[in-house]
Amino acid sequence: MIEIKNLSKAFRRTNVLDDLTMHWGQGDRIALIGSNGAGKTTLIRCILGQYVYNGNIEVNGLEPRANRSAVLKTIGFVPQIAPPLKMPVSELLRFCAGAADIAIADIEAVITRLEIDIAELRSRPFNRLSGGQKQKILIAIAIARNPGLIIMDEPTANLDPKARQILFDLLSERGDLPVVISSHRLEEVAGLVNRIIELDRGKVVLDDAVEDSGDLSARMPCTITIARHDEAFANAISGWNFSEGDSDLVWKGEVSGADRLRFFGVLARYSGVVSGLEMGESTGKRSTVK
Amino acid sequence: MKALLLATRLDIAESLRARWFVLYSLVFGGIIVVLFMFGLTESRVVGFTGLTRLLVTYIQLSMAILPVFVLITTVRSLAGDREAGVFEYMLSQPISLAAWYWGRFAGRFIIVFAPVFLAMIAATVWGVVLGAEVPVYHLVWYTILLVSLAFCFLGIGFLISSVTRSSDVAQSAAFFIWLIMLLFLDLVLLGMIIREQAPAGLVVTLALANPMQVFRTAAMMLFDPQLILLGPSAWIILDAFSETGYLVWAVCYPLIIGLAAGGLGYFLFRRGDLA
Repeated sequence: MIEIKNLSKAFRRTNVLDDLTMHWGQGDRIALIGSNGAGKTTLIRCILGQYVYNGNIEVNGLEPRANRSAVLKTIGFVPQIAPPLKMPVSELLRFCAGAADIAIADIEAVITRLEIDIAELRSRPFNRLSGGQKQKILIAIAIARNPGLIIMDEPTANLDPKARQILFDLLSERGDLPVVISSHRLEEVAGLVNRIIELDRGKVVLDDAVEDSGDLSARMPCTITIARHDEAFANAISGWNFSEGDSDLVWKGEVSGADRLRFFGVLARYSGVVSGLEMGESTGKRSTVK
Repeated sequence: MKALLLATRLDIAESLRARWFVLYSLVFGGIIVVLFMFGLTESRVVGFTGLTRLLVTYIQLSMAILPVFVLITTVRSLAGDREAGVFEYMLSQPISLAAWYWGRFAGRFIIVFAPVFLAMIAATVWGVVLGAEVPVYHLVWYTILLVSLAFCFLGIGFLISSVTRSSDVAQSAAFFIWLIMLLFLDLVLLGMIIREQAPAGLVVTLALANPMQVFRTAAMMLFDPQLILLGPSAWIILDAFSETGYLVWAVCYPLIIGLAAGGLGYFLFRRGDLA
């Protein structure tokens, strides 16, 4: 799918990518992690043909700079920061659909699945939408094109748990579609991926498989028992679409399998309140933490 | 072709919603309104009256305003787009760089030319309603000269945007270039050079190398074919070009500069980092 050999990129005298060599294959779902300045965005931009570089990159045998249109037809990209476009959403969709030779309705169908009322947003300037709305539209544009590879830069940053679950479902429906997700924090994306590549100052410092990666669409029923009522906890857990069970000390809901580490991260903030946690997979496998 | 049209349409859509476009349109529309308010259609100056007089004034004002507007707004929006991450996203779509660059060039040309042209047409229509005669000859030539001038500075604007990495530097460079050309109009530095008795050939060459002066002289020639207002340098210009030859030069030279600058801008844009 993607072959990277001896890839280096420098800005003035600073080496941002330093002799990278790696292979990304079909079925790889890669977490590209690293701190600021590690080289994640630069690597993505090289693959997208936006930077001149030393070394070699091939996407399905094609060099991205020399074969821009052909390479980019196979890549769906979601940037971390949405472009500040003043044009209406409909104009952006028209441009992206036209460039990728797909119907606008295909993108709108994905937008609708991400629970956005496109009829309401069509005429609104893109830069006036909320962060979550922009992110969902960009995700829909990337996915609707049926690309051979999806590259996402911090894709879940502005998404609520429900929207993240829908995104995981959308990715799951696309089978072994390779996905590259760039993030500062591994726990944000660990449940989504089967391979982790960590960059540090332009070098690969970790390239490892994740054995735990299961079905992206899996949902885990969850019951949380708390020792006492806590307003902050109630607000946080409601954001995950949990509701009170038989008493106000029991909360029930579902957590996306791919999102469970993130969910545990939220619970960790309320360890003084949580007295019990029961979580199971939709397959019937069950685990209890007390 | 489809990708080119997409990029053209995108640039037009983006520009129509920008504040600079509103201001730009108001300036040219405002000039026409002010000229009518001051009764230029009724005044008679050196034999010119009616719409011809108004258009002469309009075209001279356009010569000063159009280049700086085209330069500043072009470099500001293009370099600004690059800084804001618009290029990162839009250039991740499967569209060729040629279609993107020249599509935006075409879109921007339509956007900068339309208000100037429409204001001129509106003035003509208004003048006709008031009973003035339509100066068709002047109207056609002014339109052609405005196309040429707008194209020239658009090309320079695109070149600056390709070379510079930040909108601040791009704006400064654009303003500096406009200022240099403005200073070398016959009213400013060129006049001083003449006063210092520099060789006439040098003065005329400098004048003919400056697209703004070329435009200004051609606009003068349309109502003063012997260029009496220009003084002795008129002899050199008319000897070297003849009246028709000079008008052809005034149309072609800025177009060539615009095309060359735009082409060089595309070459540099393609060769370097895009985002």
